[in-house]
Amino acid sequence: MATATLSKKGNTLTVRLECEIDHHTAKDIRERIDRSLDSERPGELILDFSKVSFMDSSGIGLIIGRVERASSIGAAVTVTGASGMIRKLLSMSGIEKLKSLRIV
Amino acid sequence: MKRIVNEMKLRLPARSQNESVCRSAISAFCSELDPTVEELGDIRLAVSEAVTNAIVHAYRELPMGEVGYVYISARLYDTREVSVEISDNGCGIENVDEAMKPAFTTGSSDRCGMGFLVMENFTDQLTVRSKVGRGTTVLMRKFLKP
Repeated sequence: MATATLSKKGNTLTVRLECEIDHHTAKDIRERIDRSLDSERPGELILDFSKVSFMDSSGIGLIIGRVERASSIGAAVTVTGASGMIRKLLSMSGIEKLKSLRIV
Repeated sequence: MKRIVNEMKLRLPARSQNESVCRSAISAFCSELDPTVEELGDIRLAVSEAVTNAIVHAYRELPMGEVGYVYISARLYDTREVSVEISDNGCGIENVDEAMKPAFTTGSSDRCGMGFLVMENFTDQLTVRSKVGRGTTVLMRKFLKP
């Protein structure tokens, strides 16, 4: 089962996440995104959570780690499609305060 | 005097693929009380955090090839209380108060030390007991709406 689908259009790398995000699944996702960040060097990274049915704080760590990684290559990060539970978790974590992260 | 409606005990190797197994198990178990989608989501999240803590931290000091276990024990009461206890017999936490402060974590990158904060926010009562060299027990209680 795919955990994420990555696609590049122009200067934007979009990651469509398609699984439950926990400590177990985050590892593979992290590695795939970081490999793409290194090889594609986009100006923008979009993390699409529309198809994510569950996420725990490993997902918060995943986002924070990707923001740090993307920032180091000058790329901005946008989180999109986060609803319900996930929105509640993002709010609680204070991650919205991070510079170079946009949540839409 | 509250009455037990149902109970379960589960023992699983402390391996990361079992994080989702624990979530599925607790979901199935709680369904008897017909929780709301939000209540069930809260319980799954809290359980996921506690189980992950045990998997990531409890058995760090075990030699390669040896496996430790995570124990989940849950009860449903006729007062619509869900009580879940997640325990391990791993290395234990030296200072629980310190460990429960957000952003406090030990270990590798991408771990943001928020597990206990999440558990506190998404359950109604949280108790953590630990003894170095003996293990840790996390007890969480959720009171479902009538």
